[in-house]
Amino acid sequence: MANFFKDNEDIQFLFEHLDLREIATAQEDGFVGHEGTGAGEAPTDADDAVDNYRRILAIVGDLAANTVAPAAEAVDHEGNRLNDDGTVTLNADMRNSLKALAQADLMGFTLPRRFGGLNCPNLVYAMAIEIISRADASLMNIFGLQGIAETINAFADPTIKDEYLPRFARGELTGAMALTEPDAGSDLQSVSLRAWQDTDGCWRLNGVKRFITNGCGDVVLTLARSEPELKDGRGLSLFLAERGPRLKVRRLENKLGLHGSPTCELVYDDVPAKLIGERQLGLIRYVVSLMNGARIGVAAQALGIAEAAFRVARKYAHSRRQFGVAIERLPAVAEMIVEMRIAIEAARALVYETSRFCDLEQNNHRVLEIDPPTDADELKRRKNDARTYKRLNGLLTPMCKYYASEMSMRVANDALQVLGGSGYMKDYPIERHLRDARITNIYEGTSQLQIVAAVRGVCGGAFEKFVDELETREYLDKDLHALKTALAAGRVSVAAGIAFVKAQGGDYMDLYGRKLVDGAAAVLVGHLLLRQAAANDRKRLVARRFIHTHLPTLERDMTLLRSGDRSVLAEFAQFAPAIS
Amino acid sequence: MGYHSVVCVKQVPDTANITGEAMKADGTVNRAALPTVFNPDDLHALEAALDIRERFGGAVTAVSMGPLAAAEVLRECLCRGADRAILINDRRAAASDTLATSYILSRAVTKIGSFDLIFCGRQAIDGDTAQVGPQLAEKLGIAQVTYTERLLELHDGAARVRRSVGNGWEVLDVRLPMLLTILDTANRPRPSAARRVMRFKRARTAGEVKREVEASQPGASPGDRECEYAAGLESLKMRGLLIEQWDLDDIRAELQWCGISGSPTKVYRVQSIVLTKEGFKEVQATEEGIRTMVHELIVEHTLS
Repeated sequence: MANFFKDNEDIQFLFEHLDLREIATAQEDGFVGHEGTGAGEAPTDADDAVDNYRRILAIVGDLAANTVAPAAEAVDHEGNRLNDDGTVTLNADMRNSLKALAQADLMGFTLPRRFGGLNCPNLVYAMAIEIISRADASLMNIFGLQGIAETINAFADPTIKDEYLPRFARGELTGAMALTEPDAGSDLQSVSLRAWQDTDGCWRLNGVKRFITNGCGDVVLTLARSEPELKDGRGLSLFLAERGPRLKVRRLENKLGLHGSPTCELVYDDVPAKLIGERQLGLIRYVVSLMNGARIGVAAQALGIAEAAFRVARKYAHSRRQFGVAIERLPAVAEMIVEMRIAIEAARALVYETSRFCDLEQNNHRVLEIDPPTDADELKRRKNDARTYKRLNGLLTPMCKYYASEMSMRVANDALQVLGGSGYMKDYPIERHLRDARITNIYEGTSQLQIVAAVRGVCGGAFEKFVDELETREYLDKDLHALKTALAAGRVSVAAGIAFVKAQGGDYMDLYGRKLVDGAAAVLVGHLLLRQAAANDRKRLVARRFIHTHLPTLERDMTLLRSGDRSVLAEFAQFAPAIS
Repeated sequence: MGYHSVVCVKQVPDTANITGEAMKADGTVNRAALPTVFNPDDLHALEAALDIRERFGGAVTAVSMGPLAAAEVLRECLCRGADRAILINDRRAAASDTLATSYILSRAVTKIGSFDLIFCGRQAIDGDTAQVGPQLAEKLGIAQVTYTERLLELHDGAARVRRSVGNGWEVLDVRLPMLLTILDTANRPRPSAARRVMRFKRARTAGEVKREVEASQPGASPGDRECEYAAGLESLKMRGLLIEQWDLDDIRAELQWCGISGSPTKVYRVQSIVLTKEGFKEVQATEEGIRTMVHELIVEHTLS
């Protein structure tokens, strides 16, 4: 039986290499109180928990390969249907896949067990999202929206949690997060959908939301302006609205890709709603947290799409013969194949590492909130860790979303190129993968916005601190040591770039943000691959090739950056003559 | 009201993924070289039973006859939703043909007691006989429907069933209790449920507990082992994780109808056929090329 978890040797390798036992121990609070019970689902120790993760991912891989993937083409072709009454009928194959995911208990992936969830770490969830996305990227848009339930779990009142979370975990409810409006896209501070309280004190929502993924879902977390006198983000709160006659889908978007995922325009006609958490924290706290998880989700989705596209191209290059040989033997094609595979492994290293740090941060945060250590030193250490993780994730989350989504576009594009004219036809799934990949560097914040966020971390010390830590690792192996030395030189160049940019002022940092983030990412990923290389012979080749091909690009970019060229801004009007 | 369904499942060699070592030189199956799987049609039988429990309530009991290793398919039944699992395991049942197997299963079902429906897969991929289900119904004296495509209705102690007749279908009204053999087109088996997997991965039969105790404490005295074994059984039972294990005495089977003595099937001959590939021939996609190929096939009597 095909299985998208078991057949993916890189995921298998990382599952071992990343040592999930550490995360499992944090996730399960050291298994205190679990010993000897073994009656329910609670794991008794780290090995038991990791065994559960493996079994869960095997179920995901089975469903992805045998239920989801075979239907992906039909789902893409048929899409969903908007009814006259403002409801949406989901594609039948999509419904079937969602039913199977619910039957397999996979819709409460990270929720605590007391709500019927699996209590899996984010890292395992990221792997699951990647596996599902390889089968059908559009299904991920519902499977991967579990952050909505997560947000309810993190911030809502106990009564709201008890009412909704078990139903989410059983797959009876799906959710949406309604943030974007016609005039509030990247700039969420200008959200204007109005929240007001009626005479009974019940909140009501009025306005329009646009581009809402799964907006036809049962529970719509809605960002709304509860404080009309405050015009910025501090005037926004988060509300839970349920599907009903006052909340209608006005339009189903006709999109380039992800046809199975319903993207809705929603009209709120005084919809009754429940406040999540506290007023005014909607954007600045809850949505920021929600979007962090969502960005890792999109990064994992991008990985899955790239993996799917690569596999089609890999197979085609092996079987297609031209000039008397399989085209994989032609140097130009061979290079594309190798670069694609390395790019996927590189991005996967970064995305999984980011997820791992998210788990460490969240679990540390949970301990500090619920059961802070009484020992002063321990408390101090945990608080210190909290700061470190926060700064690190502030860098890594936007970086990995940017990095993986750009990689996915490149890989899908090259994969189509490998198939040549056949790739351009609808006979092969490659054109679908390319269309699906295209959204990943737009939604949950465009690549440009991810760079704006990540460059703050690159220039603000988080990058240097992380590299310091990575550089403490010693490699006895001569080749690996040489690669580490090369990376250290790259890091020095990036550091010089950072210093130069800082001296130039704000807009220069944004102008060269992409190059800085690219350089920093190359150094970080280089180190991650080097660590993998120490554990696996094939990975030695991957690390070597990655570092050898990326460092020259890094040097070139830093040279340009240090030239002080501001022509794009200074001569904008001449380069791009004004339009009348 | 609910229905009590009994599902018969079998662990089989994975004949869909056969390698060169699948058969020994003497023509017998090399079980060591074949991984085992849940007989595919039996997954559809289990799904049919779970679906009825979901719609009408009741319970699902899974039964398998086989070696200790067959506990694996019973664990999978529990992970997919079965309420109870029973392994029929006895050396004296070895080498049973379909007649002896159906006799043994009939004794097991009799011990289980009251039931409304028995589900079997259409056939197993090792023997491909499709005989055990029908024989079991005969031995229990209940109605049977083979090649079931759909259970259309179920009420007042009767069912309306659609069965395939090869080039069409027929609809039958049948009184309960009854036995159905299920086609793979009848439904889509649900996946294992992750929460049940985390729980039932620990489920064991008594025989497995014994083996584990022996493996973990090779030097222990027989008395200590016995203690350990009893404690292990008790713990599993308390946690609802003990897969019942019955032998032929438990089900009060008459030994003459079991194993070799109960099996009239005689193997006439076993052929080991090795398919060899002798290179390949490229055929040009032209009129001429295809005409030549068809001609060759006729000469070789592949086409006539």
